[in-house]
Amino acid sequence: MRPQDSRPSVGGTRRLLCAAKGGGTDRSWLTRYGLVLALVAMSTLLFLAKPNFLTLGNLVNVLRQISINGILAVGVTYVLLAGGVDLSLGSLVALTGVVAASFAHPGEYPLIVPVGMGVLTGMACGTLNGLVVTRGGVAPFIVTLGMMTAARGLALVLSGGRPVSNLSPAFTRLGSGDWLGVPIPVLLLAAVAVCSYLLLANVRLGRYLYAVGGNEDAARAAGLRVASIKTFAYAVCGAFAGLAGVVLAARITTGQPNAGIGYELDAIAAVVMGGTSLSGGVGGVGGTVLGALLIGVINNGLDLLNVSSCYQQIVKGLIIVSAVWLDRRARRRRTA
Amino acid sequence: MAANRHTCDTSTRPYVLEVRGVAKAFAGVQALAGVGLGVYAGEVHALVGENGAGKSTLMKIVAGLEPADAGELWRQGRRVHVRHPAEARRLGMAMIHQELMPFPDLSVAENLLIGHEPAGRWTGWIDRRRLHAAAAGLLDRLGADWSPETRMGDLGVAEQQLVEIARALAHRAEVVIMDEPTAALAGREVARLFGVIGELRQQGVAVIYISHKIEEVLRLADRVTVLRDGRSLGTYPIGTVNRERLIALMVGRELGTTATQQPAREGPVALAVRGLGRAGKFDEISFQLRQGEVLGLAGLMGAGRTDLAHALAGLEPAERGEIWVQGRPVRLDHPRVALDRGIALVSEDRKRYGLVLCLPAQHNLTLANLRRCCRGAFIRPREENRVADERLGALGVRPARRLQPVQFLSGGNQQKVALAKALFTEPQILILDEPTRGIDIAAKADVYALVAELARAGKAILLISSELPELLTLSHRILVLRAGRLAAELDPRRTTQEEILQYAMPAS
Repeated sequence: MRPQDSRPSVGGTRRLLCAAKGGGTDRSWLTRYGLVLALVAMSTLLFLAKPNFLTLGNLVNVLRQISINGILAVGVTYVLLAGGVDLSLGSLVALTGVVAASFAHPGEYPLIVPVGMGVLTGMACGTLNGLVVTRGGVAPFIVTLGMMTAARGLALVLSGGRPVSNLSPAFTRLGSGDWLGVPIPVLLLAAVAVCSYLLLANVRLGRYLYAVGGNEDAARAAGLRVASIKTFAYAVCGAFAGLAGVVLAARITTGQPNAGIGYELDAIAAVVMGGTSLSGGVGGVGGTVLGALLIGVINNGLDLLNVSSCYQQIVKGLIIVSAVWLDRRARRRRTA
Repeated sequence: MAANRHTCDTSTRPYVLEVRGVAKAFAGVQALAGVGLGVYAGEVHALVGENGAGKSTLMKIVAGLEPADAGELWRQGRRVHVRHPAEARRLGMAMIHQELMPFPDLSVAENLLIGHEPAGRWTGWIDRRRLHAAAAGLLDRLGADWSPETRMGDLGVAEQQLVEIARALAHRAEVVIMDEPTAALAGREVARLFGVIGELRQQGVAVIYISHKIEEVLRLADRVTVLRDGRSLGTYPIGTVNRERLIALMVGRELGTTATQQPAREGPVALAVRGLGRAGKFDEISFQLRQGEVLGLAGLMGAGRTDLAHALAGLEPAERGEIWVQGRPVRLDHPRVALDRGIALVSEDRKRYGLVLCLPAQHNLTLANLRRCCRGAFIRPREENRVADERLGALGVRPARRLQPVQFLSGGNQQKVALAKALFTEPQILILDEPTRGIDIAAKADVYALVAELARAGKAILLISSELPELLTLSHRILVLRAGRLAAELDPRRTTQEEILQYAMPAS
């Protein structure tokens, strides 16, 4: 009787956000510049305050620190673009870390097994998220909230509540080793980001994600299988969470059932700072990586400045909100 | 024709509401071109006209839902400005909408007095006893016999409507606007509504009554104002007009003589439909559509035209009946299936079904047939650009527009993108639902030319339109839908707009 909208209307903002994107070919450079400028400004300030910020060692350190959040953020970009949300990432990191670690004891399996099991577990959970959202018609917020709780529980059950330790050197190398001087987690993030960029900008499925997130009804009317496309987004997001779980377990050399708490929010913050709309259809991976970098630089800078970790959280929260607010304001002026 | 305008109103009674020279354009289309209207206290004033004549737009302006481009509103001899529904309410004007907008989970009393709950001044604590007493008083005035504590969502449409009317009274409305109030009502409920309207008239409330149902207007109204193409054709006391006269006024004679130009072609049957039905929408629809033929589909709003189009495009599948495409039976249960069978829809609701507004024009263009610009899974940008140049250029969309998100394009250009998108799927059967709604004259002419050209090229076209001259000009045959069923099949060379409307109007 009343018009039924699948998504809460956020007309004005949405229209403004829409201005900044176009499935990979028509990105607003101004938007991107805004973030780049923020990054440069932040780095310059840090350099002036603490010259050792700009050492190669520290920059590599920043990249290593953002790698896990970066991988998660790239994954959740798919889901946000398709108009959904995924709150289960932190728990999936713990679950997949525990699963991977269980297969990573020295002399048991070749490296591909723990890595594969971690990624597949994540992908399975993501697919389940997607299926319940699309076939069951339950709101993504609720579905992934449920998954967040259940996956955490499963991680505790599988590990008996204790960290899974005694991992093979080949496995832990994924977290702490490097290749040609670049940390392996950073290489993994780069691989994930580049593949995702190509997929979203140049592959049919990527274009369909934007269409589904931008207007589900029109996407369906154009013959797209909306449910499968959305499920794909959740599956990719889960798989990347699995990869992040593997990297984290390797880095801390244990599968920790209590790891990753709150990681989903850091990931979503990076995506939104990168210009991807929470209501779908607008954004991209490039912005997400910049957003993750910005968060990493903030963290690193506050560490260098010896800000206590309690204050760090307050400052980080303020910076995230003001960055997005400034960005939205700038865009509003541009389109007005 | 406007000769007898106001001639019968010799009284010098002041108008309780007067509209002077109101104009309004949407995206270059003149919806209202200087309309005037005077309403007396205690009268039922009907407003009639075809779809798109401007009735609803005019009333939305009065109710503060749309700003006018020009013109004045006078309320009891004082010029007023209504920029917001709350201002209209303060001025004693209330609108009962076609689509009711209650809060289904609140009680009737809460719905009635929302925003005006009797509450402690500082605490905001709602006084339930006073709330229910006030609500009961209002419901009594309308002869409603259910408790004010009933949950709104548990009421039927007719009862919700009465609550809306009571809500208008709660705001001490002196002018109540009703937009198609009987559209969703059964016979007994209509009778009760008419009783209530009679009561309102007795109490000195002016009722502006928008309706398609001529019989209702003749039975209920004191005076009637006819709108056509955004202009008023005058106000007539109800005793001076009859059904035929009103329809003739609504349609306008000068437009009724346009004849179809192209001869009908006898191609093979592209689409055959037998006994198609969907509960509450349409039933027992059977017809054939040949290649090279333009089949017009006429009917009032809510007659089931769009539902039928959606069934054929696979958006909301039919529940009963059979569909053959090129002689083969098909089950159209997803738009993909319809597109694969060569059926494409250009929806009347461009923003919902036609376009992804935040995507650039060229990405919209290729969306339904992206495979054509791909090698394997990869999109070939150069090929996509070339296609966009060719397809959008052919419809006169400037190249600079190609990469702009379509929400920044004009209505006409948006419609061209939607058309190009449908055509890019290379359909054999094209369903055009109100293809010229909301676009300017020049763009309309382009669309007309395109339809004729496509038919010449052997496409089968189902054309749904509320603009009867358009249907008469473009179609080879016209089907009339009334309340979800086929009411007539007419030959556009031998029929008139009056005849189409006679079939389309519900007989009550």
